[in-house]
Amino acid sequence: MALIEFTKRGIYCKQGDFYIDPWWPVDYAVTTHGHSDHVRFGNKYYLCHTLTKPIIKRRISEDLNVETLEYGESITRNGVNISFFPAGHIIGSAQVRLEYKGEVCVISGDYKIEDDGITTPFEPVKCHSFVSESTFGLPVYKWQKQEVVFNGIRSWVNDNINQQKTSVLIAYSLGKAQRLIKNLAGDIPIYVHNSIANLNEVIIAAGVKLPETIRISPETTKDELQKGIVIVPPAMRDSRWIKNLSHPVTGICSGWMQVRAHRRWQSADAGFALSDHADWPGLMEAITATGAEKVYVTHGFTAAFSRFLNDEGIEASEVLTKFGQEDDEENKVDLAEQNENK
Amino acid sequence: MKRFAKLIQQLELSNKTNDKIVALVDYFNYADDKDKVWVIALFTGKKPKRPIKSALLKYWAIEITDTPEWLFAESYANVGDLSETIALLLPPAENTSDFQLHTWIEELHDLEGKDDETKKDFILSAWNKLETQERFIFNKLISGNFRIGVSNKMLVNALAKQSSLDSAQIMHSIMGKWNPYEITFHELVNGIHVNTDNSWPYPFCLAYALEQEPEKLGDISEWQAEWKWDGIRGQIVKRNGELFIWSRGEELVTEQFPELHFMIDVLPDGVVLDGEILAVQDKQVLSFSTLQQRLNRKTISKKQLEDAPIGFFVYDILEYEAKDFREEPLSVRRKILEQLIGGLDESAVMISPVINCSTWEELAALRQTSRSINSEGIMLKKLSSHYHSGRKRGDWWKWKINPYTVDAVMIYAQKGSGRRANFFTDYTFAVRDGENLVTIAKAYSGLTDKEIKEVNSFVTRNAIEKFGPVRTVKPELVFEIAFEGIAESKRHKAGLALRFPRILRWRKDKKADEINTLEDLRQLLQSTL
Repeated sequence: MALIEFTKRGIYCKQGDFYIDPWWPVDYAVTTHGHSDHVRFGNKYYLCHTLTKPIIKRRISEDLNVETLEYGESITRNGVNISFFPAGHIIGSAQVRLEYKGEVCVISGDYKIEDDGITTPFEPVKCHSFVSESTFGLPVYKWQKQEVVFNGIRSWVNDNINQQKTSVLIAYSLGKAQRLIKNLAGDIPIYVHNSIANLNEVIIAAGVKLPETIRISPETTKDELQKGIVIVPPAMRDSRWIKNLSHPVTGICSGWMQVRAHRRWQSADAGFALSDHADWPGLMEAITATGAEKVYVTHGFTAAFSRFLNDEGIEASEVLTKFGQEDDEENKVDLAEQNENK
Repeated sequence: MKRFAKLIQQLELSNKTNDKIVALVDYFNYADDKDKVWVIALFTGKKPKRPIKSALLKYWAIEITDTPEWLFAESYANVGDLSETIALLLPPAENTSDFQLHTWIEELHDLEGKDDETKKDFILSAWNKLETQERFIFNKLISGNFRIGVSNKMLVNALAKQSSLDSAQIMHSIMGKWNPYEITFHELVNGIHVNTDNSWPYPFCLAYALEQEPEKLGDISEWQAEWKWDGIRGQIVKRNGELFIWSRGEELVTEQFPELHFMIDVLPDGVVLDGEILAVQDKQVLSFSTLQQRLNRKTISKKQLEDAPIGFFVYDILEYEAKDFREEPLSVRRKILEQLIGGLDESAVMISPVINCSTWEELAALRQTSRSINSEGIMLKKLSSHYHSGRKRGDWWKWKINPYTVDAVMIYAQKGSGRRANFFTDYTFAVRDGENLVTIAKAYSGLTDKEIKEVNSFVTRNAIEKFGPVRTVKPELVFEIAFEGIAESKRHKAGLALRFPRILRWRKDKKADEINTLEDLRQLLQSTL
């Protein structure tokens, strides 16, 4: 009997009687990471990585009942062994490994292969069945090394400063923002929006080292911002606040920026293909490394990706989830921001 | 090539005309002269020799990346552009190249007549030394168009800024006949190959929409009323034996409308006429959709000439006997115009008729009949008015009729192409027919980017079925559709078809059971027959 089934409420482990990233309230929710389409309000208990705990408490509610695990640690629930392994997606993101009577299933949540300098890097886990995302499951999505992308961002910022323009980077506040801060920190001061500053505090308090940033306040002058790097969440994108800056130019950091149609659609001044999801070669690498006999493909290009896996001789099937099938990172974030503002 | 690749990227990222012009000026300041000639050629639709079919490019890309054909198709559907899909699919280049744009074009040119094996070797080695963005451009040189929102006008403005030459002169120069393989940049912008003294047009005089009662304009006898035609505003210039046709966008379109070329024999030298380019048959104006078949075409087929014959309805005369007449009152200009071509018995060129009415009420009643002659309302011009440059309040007014509207519900959605490849932007609408919904129109324009995102998210969440790229969606979103006409149609299930339907607004205040019925539309059809 399979270890997991896909139900209306989410991925369910019958033997252990718990759910993974459920979207309706349940008794016991194993949580892969803190993005709002993966963790909802209303579960009786949450199990997540140590670093995710303060994040979801901050984002959802201080009253949540949360149990935690470190990477590599395990607990047993109704005879099912549950352990966490790094997923490399954002701070605290975990792949969930389930083992029951010798049968092993891994639910990846969202993941990326490249070491981003701040998230514990992805670790492949051997298993019989593997649940994989496929956000960028088309072969046109191949990332450049992040150093190349960051060099591009740095030279964009330098050009802007020289041309008296204000560089505004759009990045979701949990994950992408910290990745930018970590990798762009240097001589140019980084100014962050409140929602990002709040999360940074939580993350730093949990023991993660983050370079220094400046929280934007009403006292921050336009002149200071013009000479710095401004990072704001997607909800701020078309805001009057940005329009009122001194010659603002916006740059979007997202994997979708790989494709011209998306870049132009976003009507930003620059697009940087920087993603916290695995690219096509990354997905293939991860799946091959698990040695899984059966792959369940969730959110993203599920149909194309599972068909390709089957053609390659890896048994795969498409699973519909509510992790916004065609939603992009942007939409996810908007949800998170909304929760935050509640 | 790197410089050109950067230019394209800059042009694509900005929606602001000024930014684009800055990028173009910057390019023209620093780029190689031979490259500049090619950039002008590419942006004005002059394609270089294309020795390789795009199907072959695709085939080779599939072969060397070992991509199944269906997966290539899926990728293409997501990316929305063949050249780009190939550029992204290929593995990272192992070499680099300092070839300039014109060098690549010349190298491609030299492949003409070579066998497929030679061509393939050339392409594969080129792909292996170009970065993704360069590759994309390289593929475009072979198989695509550079549609990046640079109009001829914008290009000319940038060249004028960079060279301090007059923009109308440059427009004439680059719209003239020239060969990018031979001409130098200096010769091209200075118009060595053309006589720019002959071609320059005048700025068009434009009208504001009339928002008040016409009675407020005073005595009707001080006004000239004409039909407002829905075509392309144009100027016909005849000087020193040469004829030029300019469109409102200040583009030279002489070659596109051969029907009007006979005017070279009719008009004396030193004449400039203002008028409307229309589809005209037997002196009757045809619909704008007929005219559309003839717009923006580099070549015109015999069939297009027969199906959509072109005419020019003359409004005004701006130059006569080589003298500027724009300061003369309209009444005087009109007399000269009538003397000059009033006697002409040609279907292709005639004076746009004046509507004679003695009261505003009479005129208002006539205005309601505009649609029956494919006019979109009435123009009011003060008889004493000069021919102004551009828009000036007071002397000229357009008094358009309102479009028809219908409230309909969205039932299908389809993804757009190009810039909108990943959003549901093309919608099909239905009205109620008893218990059923019956489709009446497909439309895609009229929503803001923000609204499109909102609709997109609705479609994603409420898709019922997939039919290829089409999703059926829960009939819930109500839109007000504007259209210009209604006609019987056997091809449509509803038995009627709307002309020029577009989304007027999203009626968030209405529910699906409040939309119009098919019977409403049938009644409208009966009343317009």
